[in-house]
Amino acid sequence: MEYKTDMGRVIGLGSAKDGTREWWIHRLQSVALVPLTLYFIWKVAPLIGGSHAEVIAAFQSPLTAISTILFIMIAFMHLAGGLQEVIVDYVHGKACLVILLVSTKLLCLGLGFAGAFAVAKIAFGA
Amino acid sequence: MVEFNLPKNSRMTVGKTWPKPEGATNLRKFKIYRFDPDSGENPRVDTYFVDLDACGPMMLDALIKIKNEIDPTLTFRRSCREGICGSCAMNIDGMNTLACIYGMDEVDGDVNIYPLPHMPVVKDLIPDLTHFYAQHASIMPWLETKTNKPAKEWRQSIDDRKKLDGLYECVMCACCSTSCPSYWWNGDRYLGPAALLHAYRWIIDSRDEATGERLDDLQDPFKLYRCHTIMNCAKTCPKGLNPALAIAEIKKKMVERTM
Repeated sequence: MEYKTDMGRVIGLGSAKDGTREWWIHRLQSVALVPLTLYFIWKVAPLIGGSHAEVIAAFQSPLTAISTILFIMIAFMHLAGGLQEVIVDYVHGKACLVILLVSTKLLCLGLGFAGAFAVAKIAFGA
Repeated sequence: MVEFNLPKNSRMTVGKTWPKPEGATNLRKFKIYRFDPDSGENPRVDTYFVDLDACGPMMLDALIKIKNEIDPTLTFRRSCREGICGSCAMNIDGMNTLACIYGMDEVDGDVNIYPLPHMPVVKDLIPDLTHFYAQHASIMPWLETKTNKPAKEWRQSIDDRKKLDGLYECVMCACCSTSCPSYWWNGDRYLGPAALLHAYRWIIDSRDEATGERLDDLQDPFKLYRCHTIMNCAKTCPKGLNPALAIAEIKKKMVERTM
């Protein structure tokens, strides 16, 4: 049993004075992903089924390589932000919350860097 | 974790079917949620039949008729019967609304009436709104000023006054907040559409001098940013207001002051 006033419950630990930056960055990522996704569909998606030489040639173009790296990195950062919202909404156990938040962030970061590294490797002809 | 099932003692059972009024030809069936905490029993759904030829046109008219003529134990809040006090907020046919301004012709077939969703129930159609009211109080729903009080009045231009339209009309019925999934899952920390609409009403008030403090208090991943623009609030508001828009405006103000 917890004896607290109604107002005390509402105030809780007070405002975190945080959240705006994350919210704004998530919106900016959405906007950035519109042209990047369109470019990806236009230039990279048609490479599915193409020959090894065609793929190497496509990523030799700096525009294609850079925009694909940006697409991959921003998409995974955006995914991490979206997953964070879902987790914070539905998971209320503190330990579970922290584990899920950290693991999804690390996973998205790892996948983003792996994708970027793969593109860079092709672009630099290794 | 979020619970998708009601707790055992909240699961509904089939209740009593009350007799049809004698001689009536124009009957409407009402299925109404009943819960009496003193009985120790689970909530149930009772069935009533109302003679529409001898009843007013609104849902509240039917509820009052049931209470007066069929079952005096049916409990609900009501006062103004014209949509200005916000007392008779309840869930009618799946939509949170005010029973006094919701016409019986707006629902086809049987009428299902439940208390506002996801709130503790005090009795029958009466939810416990204690936390909801405390959240409203927490946003300082009054004019905050630092300038010395003027001799006569705080002046406001006609244009500035117009900015309060669509906000000041809120009657705090709680239909919006209790229709919001974010409020269902995190209502302990998320302020909900009603309190945030009121917060914006004071943020946008040209006479108020605590805008910064108000924004400071709201800048929080839970208090404000649990709103995901689901828009149930705007859809259900019986006064036709748009709390989602007010919340979006607060978010814009948060970004505006960082640039």
